[in-house]
Amino acid sequence: MSKPQTSRGLTRRQLLARASAAGAFVLGAGFVAAPDAAWAIETTHLDPETFATLVQMARDIYPHDHVADEYYVIAVRGYDSAEQAEAITAGIQALDAAARGRGFPSYLGTGWERDRVDILRAMEESPFFQQIRGGLVTGLYNQKEVWPLFGYEGESYSQGGYLYRGFDDITWL
Amino acid sequence: MAAPFDLNDDGVVVIIGTGAGGGVLANELAQRGVSVVALEAGGRYLPEDYINDEWDSFGQLAWTDPRTTSGDWRVARDFSGLPAWIVKAVGGTTTHWAGASIRFQPHEWKAATTYGRVQGANLLDWPIDDAEMAPWYELAETKLGVTRTGGREGLPGNNNFKVFEAGARALGYQEVHTGRMAINSSDYDGRPPCQQTGFCFQGCKWGAKWSAAYTDIPRGEATGNLEVRENAHVARILHDDRGLVTGVEYFDRDGNLQFQRARIVAVAGNSFESPRLLLNSASSMFPDGLANSSGQVGRNYMRHVTGSVYGVFDKPVKMWRGTTMAGIIQDEARHDPSRGFVAGYELETLALGLPFMAAFLDPGGWGREFTTALDSYENMAGMWIVGEDMPQETNRVTLNHDVTDRFGLPVANVHFSDHPNDIAMRNHAYARGQAIYDAVGATRTLPTPPYPSTHNLGTNRMSEHARDGVVNRWGQTHDIANLFVSDGSVFTTGAAENPTLTIVALAIRQADHIAREMSAGNL
Ligand SMILES: Cc1cc2nc3c(=O)[nH]c(=O)nc-3n(C[C@H](O)[C@H](O)[C@H](O)COP(=O)(O)OP(=O)(O)OC[C@H]3O[C@@H](n4cnc5c(N)ncnc54)[C@H](O)[C@@H]3O)c2cc1C
Ligand code: SF4
Repeated sequence: MSKPQTSRGLTRRQLLARASAAGAFVLGAGFVAAPDAAWAIETTHLDPETFATLVQMARDIYPHDHVADEYYVIAVRGYDSAEQAEAITAGIQALDAAARGRGFPSYLGTGWERDRVDILRAMEESPFFQQIRGGLVTGLYNQKEVWPLFGYEGESYSQGGYLYRGFDDITWL
Repeated sequence: MAAPFDLNDDGVVVIIGTGAGGGVLANELAQRGVSVVALEAGGRYLPEDYINDEWDSFGQLAWTDPRTTSGDWRVARDFSGLPAWIVKAVGGTTTHWAGASIRFQPHEWKAATTYGRVQGANLLDWPIDDAEMAPWYELAETKLGVTRTGGREGLPGNNNFKVFEAGARALGYQEVHTGRMAINSSDYDGRPPCQQTGFCFQGCKWGAKWSAAYTDIPRGEATGNLEVRENAHVARILHDDRGLVTGVEYFDRDGNLQFQRARIVAVAGNSFESPRLLLNSASSMFPDGLANSSGQVGRNYMRHVTGSVYGVFDKPVKMWRGTTMAGIIQDEARHDPSRGFVAGYELETLALGLPFMAAFLDPGGWGREFTTALDSYENMAGMWIVGEDMPQETNRVTLNHDVTDRFGLPVANVHFSDHPNDIAMRNHAYARGQAIYDAVGATRTLPTPPYPSTHNLGTNRMSEHARDGVVNRWGQTHDIANLFVSDGSVFTTGAAENPTLTIVALAIRQADHIAREMSAGNL
């Protein structure tokens, strides 16, 4: 999988000025970027707010503070398709409605992860939640680019295995 | 006549499935001069084809044809279409297996006698015993090149083993070592020693681990007596009006239905497909399925009391490096009812890569409780529980007529619920596993639920009397003289040990019996 393109042409300050409270935010028509401009993609079928909310939802389901947003974007960008757009939009609308029901302006308008997790817990049996969660198990953790962030080294045959590369190098026992 | 054989050749032994049971039986018969046609639903993959990547390898080798599940086991909820993790390929699940190869303990052949009456359990003694099996075990260990047997050295311990061993010693466990493994510790049988690549579950690219795919199968073929037809999915076994089987119908690689005649048929499709095939072969003469006069076909499904324990430490372990399962503690394998359950369990090292860890650590789990564990993936050590589960008549494989595979055949439904003895044993093993890691400074331990079954046993069980089971002491069905079962489904009880060495020993013994009976004109 290739990384999403990095946004250019906007300064970091401009980007930050447009940042919403939580995580990813919307730059303009069909364009979503991270507050720190680490990633940005153009959406074609999903409304940019919807996609930004989906990315935040993905992070809230499997939060890894040392894993940048771009990997969550890769994990969910398959939903930005003609076939999926309607169902995803409906799911995110339900998420926002649940947030409003708890007094927040939207899902992204919550302050703390805790508030978003409460919203997700309440809908964790829903097919929408299960679809997103289930998809992330491979969508996020099967990205080879993510593995080094967890220390996992992946394929080893081409390097001759670990026989001479530390299969028994533990020192702290 | 030499291979390939004609569809109308009614002198051949037809073997269905080429895994631990079928692959070994095929070679052993071929070595004895018997003509064999082995039909394998999967394709053929060799070490150069195996992939050091968990999901890609799974996609290449695993059996993913539809199956359904029921019962209160968690697998039915989390992996409803994947009750087992087994292989569809020439060599069967011996491509994926980890190589742990240990004999039954003598008392485990006699579970009913040893454990006494256990409410709700359908316990039965095997009609064979330790003394009878000893020479066959020795042949199997020689074939597989099992370490710590026959003068073969043990494997060196990897990081995961060192943590496990230190914890075990701290708790006073005595029988702790790097296992008896069908993985070479030095050159053996034309195959190199283990290079510690850490992908035993994905097929060993070095061939250091024994697999029927690149040992028994090509050797059998080299005799000229064995023809292996891959991508050949057997649909039905047919019989004549004397009640003897005459051959099998299978779908070839192009989806065309073929009929292969046979003198003898041996079923070795693993414990879901073997009973499914017998049940799908029902006829007006055998309305409940072939060899099912006892009603036991599909019943007494066993999967071992499994589960894993992962320990998180404040420093790196890198458990994925090196052999996946070369480490064992055997002290708890004894039968000691004072622990609150009958029978015993083994503890073995286990490592998963990050992708499988994410899928199996706590299926359905999410949020920080889950992700903080994965954040420490590099600092994790892992072990697996393998204990004897109780056979129960209601744990069973049946035909699901509402769901069919791509050939239109009803699929297997797998129903399983734990016996109270299974639960007591698992809880004991979780606590011991957690104590082992705590003893070496774990900051967190994770008692992880069983994965989709890798050990599938018991659905055509062996019995002295025809009323109690499906096959006799030779794996010959009680009802049909020229129909045999040759895989893990013949297990009367499961014992605490990983099953494959026993499946292989039984297959060698069965080959010897069939060849002798054929030349004596009895079969
Ligand atoms: C990840 C993993 C690790 C394991 N580790 C160990 C271990 O360390 N030690 C141990 O003892 N065991 C281990 N096992 C279990 C071991 O692999 C099995 O016990 C063993 O392979 C079972 O042998 P079998 O002959 O019953 O079936 P299999 O080896 O599964 O062979 C059955 C074959 O039959 C074929 N088949 C099925 N139905 C049909 C049909 N209708 N027509 C044609 N062909 C058909 C299948 O495609 C398959 O190739 C492990 C299993 C897994 C998945
Ligand atoms: S660790 Fe050893 S046995 Fe396992 S796959 Fe690698 S070389 Fe083969």
